[in-house]
Amino acid sequence: MRILGIDLGTTNSAIATSTETEATHAVPITQVTGPGETAGVATLPSFLLLPGEHEVPPAQLQLPWSGPLRYTVGTFARERGAELPHRLVSSAKSWLCNPSIDRTAQVLPFRGANRELEAEMEGGERVSPVNASARYLAHLRAAWDDANPDEPADEQEVLVTVPASFDPVARELTVVAAREAGFDKVTLLEEPQAAFYAYLAAKGDAWRKELSPGDVVLVCDVGGGTTDFSLIEVAAVEGNLALERIAVGDHILLGGDNMDLALAAIATKQITDAGKSLDAMQQRALVHQCRRAKEQLLGEKPPKSVSITILARGSKLIGGTIKTEITREQAVTFLLDGFFPKVALDAKAQKRRAAGLREMGLPYAHDPAITRHLAEFIARFERMPTHVLFNGGVMKAAQLQARIVELLGEWAKKPVRVLAGADLDLAVALGAAHYGQVRQGKGVRIRGGTARAYYIGIESSMPAIPGFAPPVKALCVAPQGLEEGSTVELPDDELGLVIGELSNFRFFAAATRKDDGAGALIDADTQGLVELDPVEKLVEADGQRKSGELVPVKLEAHVTEVGTLELWCVARDGNGRWKLEYSVRERE
Amino acid sequence: MIRRFPTLDTAVSRFFLAWVCFFRILFGKKLPDDAAKFLPEREQPKLPPPPVDKPVEKPKVSAGQHQKEGALALLALLQREGRFIDFVRDPAMLDASTSDADIGAAVRAVHRGCLKVLEQYLSFEPVMPQDEESKVSVPKGFDPSEIRLIGEAKGEAPFRGTLRHKGWRVVEAKLPALAEGVDRTIVAPAEVELSA
Repeated sequence: MRILGIDLGTTNSAIATSTETEATHAVPITQVTGPGETAGVATLPSFLLLPGEHEVPPAQLQLPWSGPLRYTVGTFARERGAELPHRLVSSAKSWLCNPSIDRTAQVLPFRGANRELEAEMEGGERVSPVNASARYLAHLRAAWDDANPDEPADEQEVLVTVPASFDPVARELTVVAAREAGFDKVTLLEEPQAAFYAYLAAKGDAWRKELSPGDVVLVCDVGGGTTDFSLIEVAAVEGNLALERIAVGDHILLGGDNMDLALAAIATKQITDAGKSLDAMQQRALVHQCRRAKEQLLGEKPPKSVSITILARGSKLIGGTIKTEITREQAVTFLLDGFFPKVALDAKAQKRRAAGLREMGLPYAHDPAITRHLAEFIARFERMPTHVLFNGGVMKAAQLQARIVELLGEWAKKPVRVLAGADLDLAVALGAAHYGQVRQGKGVRIRGGTARAYYIGIESSMPAIPGFAPPVKALCVAPQGLEEGSTVELPDDELGLVIGELSNFRFFAAATRKDDGAGALIDADTQGLVELDPVEKLVEADGQRKSGELVPVKLEAHVTEVGTLELWCVARDGNGRWKLEYSVRERE
Repeated sequence: MIRRFPTLDTAVSRFFLAWVCFFRILFGKKLPDDAAKFLPEREQPKLPPPPVDKPVEKPKVSAGQHQKEGALALLALLQREGRFIDFVRDPAMLDASTSDADIGAAVRAVHRGCLKVLEQYLSFEPVMPQDEESKVSVPKGFDPSEIRLIGEAKGEAPFRGTLRHKGWRVVEAKLPALAEGVDRTIVAPAEVELSA
């Protein structure tokens, strides 16, 4: 069987493959690249365009394996979608882990919080975050099948990567999306681990010379729209080097796109100061050019400045060109010092000010300083990295790498070394394909298990007091580090399911409570405890059990081979077991 | 349905396939289910899986039409990425009074876009690797379509001369495949920005 590693990215997706004997390599993805044009490209931009009948003719969107289509994903979706933002779905993955909306409801393209306004607006197809992710996966599958008709994708071993910070609900929804795309069986893998596997695959056995017991590797992943940090520790187990993922940071909605927009805002101001103006399409061209300017100015040998030229919109070009330039100093001031400022280890990222009403939408990071988020992450886990592995397209910029290395060195008071890995755009897919080989026993495996400990909210029994909600305790159901395929039972709790009624439990996670074992009971307002979507179950009455009957149950937590967390209620009398479902309805 | 961009390779392949089929039909042999497998391995065009029940559809357009569509599609690409048609056909380019500075300002962006198309879909190498203006020898049995001799060739090869232009060969052409039913004569659609 072949292994397929799929990087389902926030802004770009990729696919890589390997077999028992074949080295891992990325596979170009056939996609619509222009009106009526298809070509193979290394990555599939994670954009879904759902054009109306006047906007794009379906014949222009057909693929080699399809007839005319009413939607498109990939390069053309991104490019044409910039002109039709009301029809464009982007960052579906960030919506997948956003509890402020129902992630199975058709809410994308997102049109803001005003429901009435929304109802008045012209219709058009909408999809759920799960559907959108499924469309990307379905496209990858179809493109693979078209190129490899003898080895259909759904018959291979498929690994799909998710951010390490994805909670159990977002993981579960990723599996649902994969199933919707026709992948009946997938295995999940955390992206930073995948990046690390890509490093291992690229190095072969030489990594054992680069790392030694006690080393801690920071995986610093800055993509187009998200930033993720993980720590991986090297240990010696029975004389062999072993790897363990020891810490996972929060999902930070901040990335290279923010930097491009910042630079574009500066360029726009220069242009308007010179008495010229840009229309929407020129603005888009400007952002593209600012991305290029960013890469050059933050690269290894930066030029003094990069010129930005925007052509006139009409068919007459000469004389209408708008010119400006971005200097090296500007790039350093606004990008390097703006997004990667030199900060102390005790720096804290600014949090969003608590406003009475928060507009629904993606919870973008309030503080643009990636280094402050990094300092907070390292201080929280109290482990100082000795090495750093970069991932994500943004980190290709030499000066950004240098800044991170410089800061880590200052914080650790000793030099921190860079591990050179695979291609930063494709590492996650390549690493996932390598992980498939590791699962077959070829290579070292990163241990880690669940990144967080999970808790169920239990109301304390106490006399009712008007105006006071009974205090809630959090019962640890799954300790941190629970490995795939393992099960934990909680024998001593006194929980009951009421037949015929929806039983609903509050659900919490903690990233820094390693010592809480299964059954530990703590206050729900303990610092570090984050509330997730609730879990619930409706057990219908049947021949055995009457409606209203209280069935004493014990809880069981199971981390599946797929990489999802399941919570089960097991009847104490042995007659029945019920899986608790994640409630993905929007939360207040 | 989608066709690959017509290239010289596939034109030759098609001819070869037609040749094989022609003789098979002439001599009453059964035509292969998948005629494409008679093509040389390297040049096999990727075909969509054969339809199960439907008879093989006749191509709606001739090979000449395909080539024309391919040329128009390349033009559309250059226009979309690099505003090629606008630039070359701009009346200001024919006006001697247009300043070099104005032309220069536009050229950078036009060049960047057109280069992107070439880099994305084509790769080039020189036909002759030697330095231009150096003395070279044209070996016996050379292909006159690859090397153009200027002046009188006396006697037999090898010929001695000065390399004036090293030539370009397209090593790889991964041009996009083209969908049917798309009007390729529209190399740039009119753009109307809707008023709010």
